[in-house]
Amino acid sequence: MTEVARLAWRQYRLERKLFWRNPSAAFFNFLLPLLFLAFFGAILHGKQKDLNVIVPGIAGMAVMSTTFTALAFNMTFLREQGILKRIRGTPIPSFSYLCGIAGNAITNTAIQIAIIAVAGRVFFGTGWPKDYFELFVFVSAGVICFASLGVAFSHAIPNFDSAPAYVNAVFLPVIFVSGVFYDAANAPGFLKGIAEALPLKHLIDGLSGSMVKGTSLSANISALGVIAVWAALGILLAVRGFSWEQRRA
Amino acid sequence: MSGAAIEVKGLRKSYGDFEAVRGIGFEVRRGEVFGLLGPNGAGKTTTVEILEGYRERSAGEVSVLGLDPGKRSRTFRAQVGIVLQSTGIYRHIRVREAVAHFASLYPHHRDVDEVIALTGLQGKEDALARTLSGGQLRRLDLALALIGDPELIFLDEPTTGFDPAARRAAWDTIRSLKALGKTVLLTTHYLDEAQELADRVAIIKDGRIAVEGPPSTLTGTAGTAPCMVAYRNGSGGLVEHRTDDPTTLLHELTGAALARGDRLEALTVTRPTLEDVYLELTAEASEEPVVDEEPPARGRRRRGRR
Repeated sequence: MTEVARLAWRQYRLERKLFWRNPSAAFFNFLLPLLFLAFFGAILHGKQKDLNVIVPGIAGMAVMSTTFTALAFNMTFLREQGILKRIRGTPIPSFSYLCGIAGNAITNTAIQIAIIAVAGRVFFGTGWPKDYFELFVFVSAGVICFASLGVAFSHAIPNFDSAPAYVNAVFLPVIFVSGVFYDAANAPGFLKGIAEALPLKHLIDGLSGSMVKGTSLSANISALGVIAVWAALGILLAVRGFSWEQRRA
Repeated sequence: MSGAAIEVKGLRKSYGDFEAVRGIGFEVRRGEVFGLLGPNGAGKTTTVEILEGYRERSAGEVSVLGLDPGKRSRTFRAQVGIVLQSTGIYRHIRVREAVAHFASLYPHHRDVDEVIALTGLQGKEDALARTLSGGQLRRLDLALALIGDPELIFLDEPTTGFDPAARRAAWDTIRSLKALGKTVLLTTHYLDEAQELADRVAIIKDGRIAVEGPPSTLTGTAGTAPCMVAYRNGSGGLVEHRTDDPTTLLHELTGAALARGDRLEALTVTRPTLEDVYLELTAEASEEPVVDEEPPARGRRRRGRR
């Protein structure tokens, strides 16, 4: 067991080191949500009601981009390059390897949520998060859900060249309908229906409750339920479809 | 540590209706360099990938270092080194980092600097992988396969894309592995490479082994591929004779030339090479359609192997 943990840690350290060396990954997975936060914060300056929506909205987007987007890209790249196949030929247990990869993504999530929480207190008048335990529960549920969906989605992407198109075709509509930039309650009915069925809106509800509104976990338990259902689906598809090698197109 | 490094009996592998491997059997002794040759689609890669633990066999017995590669135990993976035909590496990793990282994955690894030197990557330790040339990347592949100090090394077309000097250097590296007592299973398209390096070769055709043995005896016993005697005649034209009995022919030719007061310019006697044997064996029109070795159906690999 210690060996499994040691190897997971080695892989995690490598992934962290390489992450910052890749400018496009660092930008899209890391800086973009923070830039959005800065832009919208500047635009909505003084409108506290809107700021109360945008802070948890960007936090939800940050969870999705650091896990779903990042893992869909990474797994497609690693598979296409044959890096997964090469790793499979070494003694590192698959579990350790995948922990290292996932740990890298989760570290980015944690750093971003921390930055957004600080920015909410310092710049956007939303104060410190109201319920840290609830925040932890929702971020963890969001990470598990979107990370597994990202890995599952990578199976549908035929090659790395088409990965940006595939990923953004999901990511952009989802962040718009789910109320990252506006209060989803004000959206037209059919968009609301779509958003209700998807996990991001529920994650944002939970984040809003824990970071801004101070509504309790039990008040948002149905949101957590929807995220859990998507997480179960994501895990099932991620495991079932998993392949260490590129399918030949 | 007795017994064969690799034992294969009645190995079969089907992809849907297509049988890529149809009853292959061979044995690789410990400390031997064994060459596996054959045209594209003959079943080489499928066979090797079964031995490496990447694919499951449909039927037959396979033992690699006394273990079943299909189980992919950690003991197994710690003892084999694999150079795949084409594999990438993280674009932003440095050479030394890559070798050191892979070293950390193995229980008993070799010294990082020693392996870098062995594969001729000195001076490139701090280079990012994306800045390496094709040949240098191939040497990094070899370094990553050797860092775990494996007993058995699979080399799938290790020198493809090398310039002649780099090939010679890679050959020296492979010979040094043999000198260390390692076993090497070499797949190659270059017949001269097999002839140069392999103690024994097997030629695979249509999923079966067509012929097997040391390169020298293959060329010696293939009576159908005769020696060639060639020279230039007085007007500079090239004359070629094929013969099974070069001694007698040479005696006649040189005798006649000396009697005329001629010289046989550019006289050569060429023994059949492995390439001649190979081409002759594989040239017979194959009735099999050329089918890619990979499973054609997209949905086939719907479950990851455990």
